[in-house]
Amino acid sequence: MNYQFDFSFLWDPDNSYWRDILHGTWLTVELTLLAIVLGFTLGAACAIGSTSRMPALRRAIAVYVEVIRNTPLLVQTFWLFFGLASIGFKFSAFTAAVIALTVNIAAYTSEIIRSGIESVRKGQIEAAESLGLSRMQLLFDVVLPPAIERVLPSLSGQFVLMMLATSIMAQISTEELMAAASRIQSETFRGFEIYIVVAVVYLALTVALRFAFALLAWAAFPRRRRLGTPV
Amino acid sequence: MTFSLANLVYLLQGTLWTVALALLSFVGGGVLGLAVALMRVSRFGALRFAAGTWIQVIQGIPLPVLIFLSYFGLGVTGFDVPALAAAALSIAVNSSAFLGDIWRGCIQAVAKTQWEAADSLALNGFQRMVDVVLPQAIRLAIPATIGFSVQIIKNTSYAVVIGFIELTQSGKIINNALYEPFLIFTIVGLVYFALCSPLSNASRRLEARLRARGA
Amino acid sequence: MTLHATAPAPAVEPAAAAPAVRFNAVHKSFGTLEVLKGISFAVGRGEVVCLIGRSGSGKSTALRCINGLERITTGSIDVCGHVVSPDGRADLHAVRKRVGIVFQSYNLFPHLTVEQNITLAPRRVKKTAPAEARAIAADVLAKVGLSDKRDSYPEQLSGGQQQRVAIARALAMQPEVMLFDEVTSALDPELTGEVLKVMEDLARGGMTMVLVTHEMAFASRVADKIIFMHQGRVHEAGPRDMLSRPETPELRQFVGTGL
Ligand SMILES: Nc1ncnc2c1ncn2[C@@H]1O[C@H](COP(=O)(O)OP(=O)(O)O)[C@@H](O)[C@H]1O
Ligand SMILES: [Mg+2]
Repeated sequence: MNYQFDFSFLWDPDNSYWRDILHGTWLTVELTLLAIVLGFTLGAACAIGSTSRMPALRRAIAVYVEVIRNTPLLVQTFWLFFGLASIGFKFSAFTAAVIALTVNIAAYTSEIIRSGIESVRKGQIEAAESLGLSRMQLLFDVVLPPAIERVLPSLSGQFVLMMLATSIMAQISTEELMAAASRIQSETFRGFEIYIVVAVVYLALTVALRFAFALLAWAAFPRRRRLGTPV
Repeated sequence: MTFSLANLVYLLQGTLWTVALALLSFVGGGVLGLAVALMRVSRFGALRFAAGTWIQVIQGIPLPVLIFLSYFGLGVTGFDVPALAAAALSIAVNSSAFLGDIWRGCIQAVAKTQWEAADSLALNGFQRMVDVVLPQAIRLAIPATIGFSVQIIKNTSYAVVIGFIELTQSGKIINNALYEPFLIFTIVGLVYFALCSPLSNASRRLEARLRARGA
Repeated sequence: MTLHATAPAPAVEPAAAAPAVRFNAVHKSFGTLEVLKGISFAVGRGEVVCLIGRSGSGKSTALRCINGLERITTGSIDVCGHVVSPDGRADLHAVRKRVGIVFQSYNLFPHLTVEQNITLAPRRVKKTAPAEARAIAADVLAKVGLSDKRDSYPEQLSGGQQQRVAIARALAMQPEVMLFDEVTSALDPELTGEVLKVMEDLARGGMTMVLVTHEMAFASRVADKIIFMHQGRVHEAGPRDMLSRPETPELRQFVGTGL
């Protein structure tokens, strides 16, 4: 075999495919950031809900988490995108992708944060109760900060996996990086080359996302910044 | 047209392909992953570095991209690549990075005293690994490995990107004809759930038992 | 009592005369295990009361019932003019604002500095302004002799220092009553002294205190009243010299063994 690699299509003056790749990359980033923010919020809410005193709420959250964790993201996405459309809810592919990713990542986030909450010792909670803190104050001032600090490595790992999983959203024609790659492939027939480029872009995004999380941890957790020890 | 027995049979065929793809990927990923894990704890810096790089790089590339890379990459050899081969190869490669990392952790979790005990019995490096460390590491590795097998089953759905007709793709094909997305993808989802949920539960139970014994 | 045309608010004068804490036939069960079998005693304002007794005799449980960490089964507890009852949790918040508690295991919040540990409750519960809360923190830290540790994190402190911060944290809420549950039991002997010293200063300063302790010398020196608990009951109670002339064989044995 003597395959000739040819990346020149990237700079093809008529098509400037590198622009398409850049544009797709930007949409992937947008999709990822939106899903992280929304998914973290929903996931934290579910984690808090799963410590509630209402058994019905706890059970509902447990079922949601089990269903999400035991089915593929792609099937969840098809179910939402085609299913909701069939009963009259029409979303753009981008919106549908954000919803599917959020619903998916929130289940994992919820499990991770719940394990963090369970790691907070009972004495801490009794101390806070004894000081007269309300349930909400106790949660936001005493329980969640160390809980989230402890599980941050798992959370950031999970968010990186989700960023990589946005690549499947091309299946409902979300115009992100993979969709751009697929279109370029069909126009240039340089499949191997284009996916090498795409792989490098995702690797760079992975490194950037990990770095962003390290930065966030540095900014959000002053104790760790000063002592460098796990809380 | 309504959902018929023929549709159901078609979905079951897809399910069989999903299971076959998962098994192939698991075996391939296991063999590669064991090599990665052993390299990662090797006494040779170059091997450790190579395995570490492999893990970082593979864990930073989406599985669909790996699938396309296998598909087009194998294609440049001039052969007509079966989708099953490209998919199984990519999922195995992807799994090797994750399993390699999980198993490295288990090997290193085997108490240091065990390594030293083996050394003091004058076992060589190979005997120490095969006779002393691995049997104990395997016990530690079982829950997480079963847990990851759930991931592999779910990952097989990504084979749709090259048109491999497994469970998700068969659902999509039927839906294109019937346009009953809720019904069809609920059934598809339930099948995945039936495949994954027992494994998830087993993993969780074994994990709890292991932790109880360790405590 | 004479009725004046301009009578003072009725709650004020009787409350000032009333004890700070009064147990009225309190029972507490965990499932079928009855841990408190009807205990009654009173703690006057400014008094220091020591609960002593064997492990498992119900001392911690009694203490924790005062601020509602455990819910009593029957009876009631009067706390600073509020009532802790088996059902009504309505007064709990009011009680907790007036009662501070210090635990054996410090229970400082690990993610907050010493100052943040202390200012959290004043700021959140009493809505104290940040600057004022910091002034309070400086004040209580001076009381426990840790002014230089304001910006440290708990894990940077010794056990004795952590326990003194825990005392300061409770004091910052300006409580009317302080509860102490074996606060020196987790400390090395050389660190016990610094914590006992802080507690003794507090007692001399007129703080109402209920403490569970195994430090018999401390109890004999500081307590206004000692309560010996045995199998969920108040078995013997008396002034601080009670330990030198025990009346019941159980207390005699308890004092004899030293524990
Ligand atoms: N949360 C609980 N659940 C069940 N039993 C408890 C609980 N807390 C305490 N007990 C039991 O109540 C009894 C008294 O405990 P405690 O008040 O802690 O005793 P002390 O402080 O005097 O050592 C013990 O038998 C203990 O096992
Ligand atoms: Mg106790």
